[in-house]
Amino acid sequence: MLAGVIHQIISGIATGGIYASVALALVMIYQATHHVNFAQGEMATFSTYIALTFINAGFPYWIAFLAAVVVSFAIGVAIERVLMRPLANAPILASVGVFVGLLLIVNSLSGWFFDYTIKQFPTPFPDRPMMGGYLSGHELGSTAVTLVVLLSVYLFFRHTRLGLAMRAAAFNATSSRLVGVRVGWMLALGWGLAAAIGAVAGCMVAPIVFLDPNMMSGILLYAFAGALLGGIDNPLGAVLGGFAVGIIENLGGAYLVGTELKLTLALAIIVTVLTIKPTGLMGRKVYSRV
Amino acid sequence: MTSMRTQWLIAVLVLLATIVPVAQFTDYHLFQLTMVVVYAIAILGLSLLTGFNGQISLGHGAFYAIGAYSTAILMTTWNVPYWLTLPISAVVCAGVGFVLGLPALRLGGLYLALTTFALAVAIPQILKYKAFEEWTGGVQGLVIDKPEAPFGLPLSPDQWLYLFTVGVAVVLYVIAWNIVRGRMGRAMMAIRDHAMAAEAMGINLPIVKTRAFALSAMYTGLAGSLGAIAVQFVAPDSFQVFVSIFLFVGLVVGGASSIGGTLIGAAFIEFVPNLADKVSKAAPSAVYGVILIAVMFLMPAGAGGFLYAMWRKMFQTRIAQEPVAAMGHDLDSGGVAGKSPKPETVSRND
Repeated sequence: MLAGVIHQIISGIATGGIYASVALALVMIYQATHHVNFAQGEMATFSTYIALTFINAGFPYWIAFLAAVVVSFAIGVAIERVLMRPLANAPILASVGVFVGLLLIVNSLSGWFFDYTIKQFPTPFPDRPMMGGYLSGHELGSTAVTLVVLLSVYLFFRHTRLGLAMRAAAFNATSSRLVGVRVGWMLALGWGLAAAIGAVAGCMVAPIVFLDPNMMSGILLYAFAGALLGGIDNPLGAVLGGFAVGIIENLGGAYLVGTELKLTLALAIIVTVLTIKPTGLMGRKVYSRV
Repeated sequence: MTSMRTQWLIAVLVLLATIVPVAQFTDYHLFQLTMVVVYAIAILGLSLLTGFNGQISLGHGAFYAIGAYSTAILMTTWNVPYWLTLPISAVVCAGVGFVLGLPALRLGGLYLALTTFALAVAIPQILKYKAFEEWTGGVQGLVIDKPEAPFGLPLSPDQWLYLFTVGVAVVLYVIAWNIVRGRMGRAMMAIRDHAMAAEAMGINLPIVKTRAFALSAMYTGLAGSLGAIAVQFVAPDSFQVFVSIFLFVGLVVGGASSIGGTLIGAAFIEFVPNLADKVSKAAPSAVYGVILIAVMFLMPAGAGGFLYAMWRKMFQTRIAQEPVAAMGHDLDSGGVAGKSPKPETVSRND
């Protein structure tokens, strides 16, 4: 029993890392623009297809992985510049509409370019049990990759001038502009980073769930749950929330609701958090002026 | 009030749109038109909530599914006649809508969109759940018999179903029209445009919002019931997240706060996939996506709002004497799409 619980918790941390990455991508965009990117999952799926294309063209795994991350970054920047910029002060319905449109377009492009059949995606990690049989090689490897990504994002925002400028732009656009930060470009960079993080998450999850155009829809839901649980305006909270949701999902799936209602569990987490503590566990309370 | 002449004009148009297809169209085309009417009712429900009350839902496919399943279960398990399932389904959906409207009270704009989106993603799983399998038929779904025309009328089942659906739709549209233009509708729009001012004027925010949610769920649920009868089949996989998204697309294309626009939106989501399907399997959603974004940028009030604005321009002098909108539009705000919700914390004008 106890060994089973430990096993569920550890593999919950492994999947939680993926939710944490996607949650972080969502929070980065939310913090800067107050938009929730409903297309985040589809964009990550598309990035994964890019990686697969490079792999099939004969490139080594890590080169393909890197190429997918770079291309996704560029796509993210382009989307912000072209589509999102005019929406800066648009009402909520307009922004939701554009994000839903983006979701539909990216989803159908995935199907169009790479067809709808379910594909296998390779893993660069050895295929044998690790850590006394608790984790597969891929789970351990992907957790390590996720942690490296999260750590480097943290260091980037904390210790580089560019990271500081991006935080400033998100925190107070007008003042940042006055001290010479190019706010528009900072937001575009934020989008690029979010898309790149999504690409990493996609490549790490694809070997487990297999690759098809709707691969990320469930994962996006868990990422939403994680982001809200931790606080949608707090990157660290969102990351911890992502891990927590991964653990809750695994434990709940094993002992509580079974695998058939896992998505409903995510819905339940979302509703519970939003009704009981809308700011999330680590979020800031927002007061608005009338 | 709408002028007498406009009312007569609409009545004649509806009558023509009912009789001509029944007399002229093949059964397949009648089925398509039936589905347009069904989607129009569903979008009308969404419009009451999103367009007129400002609560954005990306999960109305769930209510559509609940309505469809209510009818299917009543017909297969308890042998209830198809027409009697409608009032029962309406009560069920309104009840579910009311209950879901309670947490929605605490969720402002974006969060509600997010939560309802989660509901839309999760609903097929709930419908497949083993504990309900006895009623829902699990993954297999349920098959329904197509109703025959009553009283020995010389009509094919498709012809009768079209007439029946249009009849229900007319009743629902008249009710919606009156609600929107009455006390309830004004309260709903006041909340959408400025919640705090509305509350200060004595509008009971929680009651109006939860009622709007129940009403909206009832409309979309009834559409689900009619849709289930028309398609003769319900299964979890026909209620994937894309149903909700397509209803949202239809709403935005037709115009979020335009009662007449719901018909345009419904025709759009019924016929555009048929046309685009000829290009490629991926084309329909690509076309939806592109048009959705284009509408958001080019005509935020949707096709309905656009046409109404044109119509007003042409007959401006006459309309000037009738201050209240004719097609159920509210003129000044242009719907949710025209209003900025809260003071923005982030402003970008570099």
